[in-house]
Amino acid sequence: MKAFRTLAVVLAAMACMAAASDPSERLPDPAQEARARDLFKEVRCLVCQNESIDDSEAALARDLRLLVRDQVKQGRSDAEIRAFLTQRYGEFVLLKPPFSAGNAVLWLTPLAVLLAGGGLMVALLRRRRSPEAAPEALSAEEEARLKGLLEGE
Amino acid sequence: MIVEFGAFALVLALALSVAQTSLSAAGAWRRSGVLAGAGRGAALGAFAALACAFAALIYAFVGSDFSVANVAANSHTAKPLLYKVAGAWGSHEGSMLLWCLVLTGYGAAVAVFGERLPPRLRAWAVAVQGALGVLFLAYTVFASNPLTRLVDPPVEGRSLNPLLQDWALAVHPPFLYAGYVGFSVVFSFAVAALIEGKVDAAFARWVRPWTLAAWSLLTVGITLGAFWAYYELGWGGWWFWDPVENASFMPWLIGAALLHSAIVLEKRGALPGWTVFLALAAFGFSMLGAFLVRSGVLTSVHAFAVDPTRGVLLLTIMGIAAGFGFLMFAIRAPSLNAGGLFAPVSRESAIVLNNIILSAATATVLLGTLYPLIREAMDGEAVSVGPPFFNLTFTPLLVLALAILPAGPLLAWKRGDARLVVRRLWLALLVAAILGLVAYAVVTPRKALASLGLVLGFWLIGGALAELFERVGAFRVPWAEVRRRAGGLPRGAWGTTIAHAGLGLFVLGASFETAWKVESAQALSVGGRIELGGYVLTLTDVGTLEGPNYLAERGIVRIEKQGGGLVCTAQPERRFFPTGGQTTSEVALCPRGLDDLYVVIGERRAGANGQPAWLVRAYVNPWVRLIFLGPLVMALGGVVSLSDRRLRMGVARKAKGAQA
Repeated sequence: MKAFRTLAVVLAAMACMAAASDPSERLPDPAQEARARDLFKEVRCLVCQNESIDDSEAALARDLRLLVRDQVKQGRSDAEIRAFLTQRYGEFVLLKPPFSAGNAVLWLTPLAVLLAGGGLMVALLRRRRSPEAAPEALSAEEEARLKGLLEGE
Repeated sequence: MIVEFGAFALVLALALSVAQTSLSAAGAWRRSGVLAGAGRGAALGAFAALACAFAALIYAFVGSDFSVANVAANSHTAKPLLYKVAGAWGSHEGSMLLWCLVLTGYGAAVAVFGERLPPRLRAWAVAVQGALGVLFLAYTVFASNPLTRLVDPPVEGRSLNPLLQDWALAVHPPFLYAGYVGFSVVFSFAVAALIEGKVDAAFARWVRPWTLAAWSLLTVGITLGAFWAYYELGWGGWWFWDPVENASFMPWLIGAALLHSAIVLEKRGALPGWTVFLALAAFGFSMLGAFLVRSGVLTSVHAFAVDPTRGVLLLTIMGIAAGFGFLMFAIRAPSLNAGGLFAPVSRESAIVLNNIILSAATATVLLGTLYPLIREAMDGEAVSVGPPFFNLTFTPLLVLALAILPAGPLLAWKRGDARLVVRRLWLALLVAAILGLVAYAVVTPRKALASLGLVLGFWLIGGALAELFERVGAFRVPWAEVRRRAGGLPRGAWGTTIAHAGLGLFVLGASFETAWKVESAQALSVGGRIELGGYVLTLTDVGTLEGPNYLAERGIVRIEKQGGGLVCTAQPERRFFPTGGQTTSEVALCPRGLDDLYVVIGERRAGANGQPAWLVRAYVNPWVRLIFLGPLVMALGGVVSLSDRRLRMGVARKAKGAQA
């Protein structure tokens, strides 16, 4: 029975935790709420192990959700909210790094590898199609040997 | 005593691996069958010794011997037996021991089953596999020994992270490691072939079964891990593009590329350099994964067994092994023959394209995973790369690969006929497009991209079937003839069809679930209801119960169809583990065909008019079962392909005889 009392205490202590879809946090306007939810997926819960604030139950995630919801309610655009968060917490807070000079390598690599691969493939096919049969020119030595053989006949 | 015996066996395994490497290498060098045979004996011995060491660790866990440091840190007397056993690989030390066990196991398998291989190649492969064993065993013995004793043993253990106390998680590491480490054999064969300077069709034939086995096991391991995340983390996601997930996904992608390029090398003698490069890279990525997961350089939702100091050692091991492999490659690559010719429209081209896309996908995952480290090192800026990035970059690459996939198996080698392929596939494409349109019209809310995803999934399945029908002559020749042809079809062809169709199932599930899952969360008192996706959920009762090593609050949720009819009774729990002070939510899953009703109960809170209430979250996850079924079907395809007669070693000898 002591165990159950412990349980009751612990459950009471956990009451501060919440999830993204907690009704007590929700915005009244469904369109705004949907926008906020989409934004949550792009915002990192800074103290968690690699979770978005949409997934996390941490208290900080809850604070960030309230912050984002508040901004949405004030009619800020997605870009403005992202800029606001970045200014406050640094780029670390965004799970999708913005396309910038610093991040160009990250965003362009997939395309670059694809194009490089495509280029290599084209080169491979070209080389293959070029008349493979064209034999290498004979070296001077071979030329001399050939001449010798022919003359020997 | 048994633990000491195990610790001794572990050191013995290290000594035997040293013997395996030196004897096999000497045997290969001096062309001595006796020395090579002794090397193979040592390989078997190393595996046997390590099996003893591992058995001793499990024994210590099952008996809750807390004088063993690893057991004290990761087990508890009250833990159920399955999780006591699984605790043996739930920690850094134990999981490295499992890694070594699998590594030596594969070494022993090459020693036993490689009878028909050319003796020198086999001896070199056993030597390289032994050298890998030496590296990882030395690490285990000297830096990460799971069998060391404590001077002052505690009365009770610290238990295993409760999130890890779950059947899917308990069984998924053995699969994962059998997959990861399976690529070590591929690596060893690649190095052996490079030493011999001969990378040819025969090499591809020897490497393919090991690749198939490793890739299939890795597929199962990743799927179990995703399933665990799906129902244990409690918010219904199954893939988070988390560093630990990416670490397992990169060898999988490279393995998939290798499976295909090895076919080209085997059938047409083309792409030898590229194939051997992939063979080296697959295990390179496995080792990178082992380092990333354990070193803690990246934060992860799955982080376990993190230890930065030992991470450096793992990085060193990886550097030595991969460095040697790629050095051999650099030396030999220029002398490798370019192989057979092929036209732009041919099966070779299709597979090269597949490999290019898979490589770009791997590069994307690799860079995305490591990018935070790179930025940190370059300008000290902390950045995050999460799911939104991968969804925007990886997914288009995947779509590209899948769009062209069905054409590949229908193209002829050397020079294919595009018009013929169109004639054989137009019906599959038409059916897929119609089904996609139907989904677009019928399913609410209307989603164009997800409908396109469905088209892709149906296209893959239809394409796989079209190819199968083409091969057996379905609808063209009499039924008896079709059956005869189906019986005569090589297992490899069946494997291709099954695996490609499995991929289609996965795409269907992933598209549908991601787009059309619905959720609702409400604070309910007993008797409260949630209406969701045509179902009515009623919280009928909440009780407390005592598990073997936890206390729980369990909700009873009646799920009915709207308009009556009980569907099932879900019993989600919230468990508290007093030993670690952690709480987990035990999701209740109620399968409905391919869909899941997914119910989570949250903490108790004050509800309306003084009644206690609980936050109940419910999801309807449509077609989610396909997400897990699809990859299992793919793995099945791999296994079926593995049973192909062509891949048994006997044929390799014939081929060799024919060459000689």
